[in-house]
Amino acid sequence: MTSAAAPVPVPIRIPVREILPWAAFTAILSLVLLYFVGSAQGADSMIHEFVHDGRHLLGFPCH
Amino acid sequence: MAAGLLAAVLAFVFASVFGEPQVDNAIAVEESTAGHDHGDAGEVVSRGVQSTLGLAVATGAYGLAFGGLFALAFAFAYGRIGTLSARATAAVLGAGAFLTVFLVPFLKYPANPPAVGQGETIDERTTWYFVMVLISVVAATMAAVLARRLAPRLGNWNSALAGALGYVVVMAVIAVVLPSINEVPPGFPASLLWDFRIASLGTQLILWAGIGLLFGVFTERRVRRVAEVPG
Repeated sequence: MTSAAAPVPVPIRIPVREILPWAAFTAILSLVLLYFVGSAQGADSMIHEFVHDGRHLLGFPCH
Repeated sequence: MAAGLLAAVLAFVFASVFGEPQVDNAIAVEESTAGHDHGDAGEVVSRGVQSTLGLAVATGAYGLAFGGLFALAFAFAYGRIGTLSARATAAVLGAGAFLTVFLVPFLKYPANPPAVGQGETIDERTTWYFVMVLISVVAATMAAVLARRLAPRLGNWNSALAGALGYVVVMAVIAVVLPSINEVPPGFPASLLWDFRIASLGTQLILWAGIGLLFGVFTERRVRRVAEVPG
């Protein structure tokens, strides 16, 4: 009669206050990364050409 | 919820790995494109490097960035969209992110292979593309919040439908309002354009499916382990 089913954890809400510092940190880091891939148009030479294929394929505008 | 963040690290490293095989397939399309007329600009970085290492770094960085943002979105969403499990939350979120971050902007401003698009308008096109993505993400977030507010009155299913409808209406209006861009040169092979866009779509689909599902696997495992430890 014993059911060995693993207990299904009830989802908990993480308080927004605990998320915020992480949010700021990760958001900034991520946006820098995205800028690097997605729109380093000004830095025309190396970086731009280096990630060129990826940018095309990931759907960013390119020439 | 350090566990969630730890899982996020694994998930987005995995996700970028996951996306690579698809990217490799797409390189074939890319390179046949380059053969048409892209070789005139004076190569700063060789095609060989661009199509392998450069692509890997670009995809990796993209996966990394969105993996991080995904973990954040998950932290906000978990326990707030109904009583979905961690796995289901991650899957729903992954699908939603694919739609809002990529697919909807893609419908308006589709990915273009090299040789399509004029160099002079690159800034303008980049700006509109990012505007489109930004609006899409904001609209989707608002739709999700709205759906949650309506849930007690309409029930979960109907409120989700209402939120989705609101998002679709907003984005339809936005798509009409924003300027259209069509710079496909005359004579550019249509099948090649199609193949490229499908490859682009596939790459994004794999990436987001990878992020959503792997994040779910890691987080679910972690949450269960934590739940099994008494006290």
